[in-house]
Amino acid sequence: MPAPPPGAIDCDLHPAVPNLKALLPYLDDHWRDMVVQRGVHELDSISYPNNAPVTARQDWKPATGKAGVDLDRVRAEALDGFRTDLAICNCLYGVQLLYTEDMAYAFARAVNDWMAAEWLDKEPRLRASIVVPPQNPDYAAAEIDRLAGDKRFVQVLMLVMDEMPLGRRRYWPIYRAAERHGLPIGIHAGSSYRNPVTSVGWPTYYAEDSAAQAQAFQSTLSSLIMEGVFAEFPDLKVVLLESGFAWLPAHLWRLGKFWRGLRMETPWVDRHPMEIAKDHVRLTIQPRDAPPSPEDFERLMTHFDSDEMLLFSTDYPHWQFDGDDALPAGLSPALAEKICRTNPLATYPRLKEIVA
Amino acid sequence: MAKHVVGAAKDVPPGERLRVDVAGTPVVIYNLGGEYFGLLDRCPHMGGLLSEGIQIGLVEAPKPGCYSYDRAGEIVRCPWHGWEFDIRTGKSRFDPKRWKTRPVEVETAEVKDAQTIDVAQDGLNIVVTL
Repeated sequence: MPAPPPGAIDCDLHPAVPNLKALLPYLDDHWRDMVVQRGVHELDSISYPNNAPVTARQDWKPATGKAGVDLDRVRAEALDGFRTDLAICNCLYGVQLLYTEDMAYAFARAVNDWMAAEWLDKEPRLRASIVVPPQNPDYAAAEIDRLAGDKRFVQVLMLVMDEMPLGRRRYWPIYRAAERHGLPIGIHAGSSYRNPVTSVGWPTYYAEDSAAQAQAFQSTLSSLIMEGVFAEFPDLKVVLLESGFAWLPAHLWRLGKFWRGLRMETPWVDRHPMEIAKDHVRLTIQPRDAPPSPEDFERLMTHFDSDEMLLFSTDYPHWQFDGDDALPAGLSPALAEKICRTNPLATYPRLKEIVA
Repeated sequence: MAKHVVGAAKDVPPGERLRVDVAGTPVVIYNLGGEYFGLLDRCPHMGGLLSEGIQIGLVEAPKPGCYSYDRAGEIVRCPWHGWEFDIRTGKSRFDPKRWKTRPVEVETAEVKDAQTIDVAQDGLNIVVTL
């Protein structure tokens, strides 16, 4: 199984906030006091429980504490390890879980300022996504506007499961701001836990939860397309992170079938959903679904009818593969080159800009 | 192609439709504002009878949430799966190049000579022979 070619662009890397204390210098005075007075402790989501094997690959896991907190290890294991030119940091911290809009906004600002100071300032190969509080889209848009001048921020980060489907107009201020600044919306697996993580209720086992992320991405993609997000924001791109990708053609065939019969309900959807997805939607390759053989993977690629949709990712430090086996078997060298460099550069225009 | 008299124009006023068999071919005839248009009465998708579908207007959107509605009654939706066809052209709304139903030429004409048809009495029944 193949390693990525040199010079790849890793579109999903996870530096971790080591603990709440690390964010205190980046919180406003009021919220720093509140954290202490209220006894707020760690804002870790249950998306990646610290002891779950998937949370950190064994050889990337420190003896104590979280993986992904140490810049030198990220350099050695994620950047040098895969000979990547650039990597996009998607910080998963519990900002989206908070029930107060104001506190979520404060923590989003803190996470972003921490990211700039602790990672981007120290390592020129790193880029990052802007963490926003989806609890209040106006705050989220303001945070995008605040940071958009820093070209090292190349994307806006949201979770796939929020209070309502992400296509709803409530969220449009976020998309308007992102489009205005040429920032794709990165939608990552995970939940704010306002709803069960499957549409049929809470599952019992972690394997169910993980597999069900694809359901959430399907529903989210349907929502974005049918609500008209891509009609309203024709220059917007959406990157699905840790979404898997084998489900996409079959789901959009199905959505397209219903669209044909119900077109007049959403007349702004002016072409087949698969065609809209080819123009606007990108997906990262880790964790990859597991077609049984390279031949099956090749056949799957023909269903996409596009070689522009997949983006390279390691999902470091999550344990999705071993060794340097970051690419699916069955990729032609030409397609590997597209996935690892051409497609990321086309998706994230800011990656081409020279950062002073 | 032979011309077939299928009915009296006055029986299909504007907004109405007529379903006829023409030499074994199912045809639905629509009167749109005084103009007649015919379609093969078979949806190109799965064969549903377009003559049983509802007629709606052309719904478009300059942007999400803004519906424009015109050409009332000029779009037929197949009763089976809801596919929309433009009655004037037979073309589907969602993919006009690929999916269309066959338009059938319809015209009105004054037929001056009455056609004679054999009629006979067979017991208590009147029997027409074509």
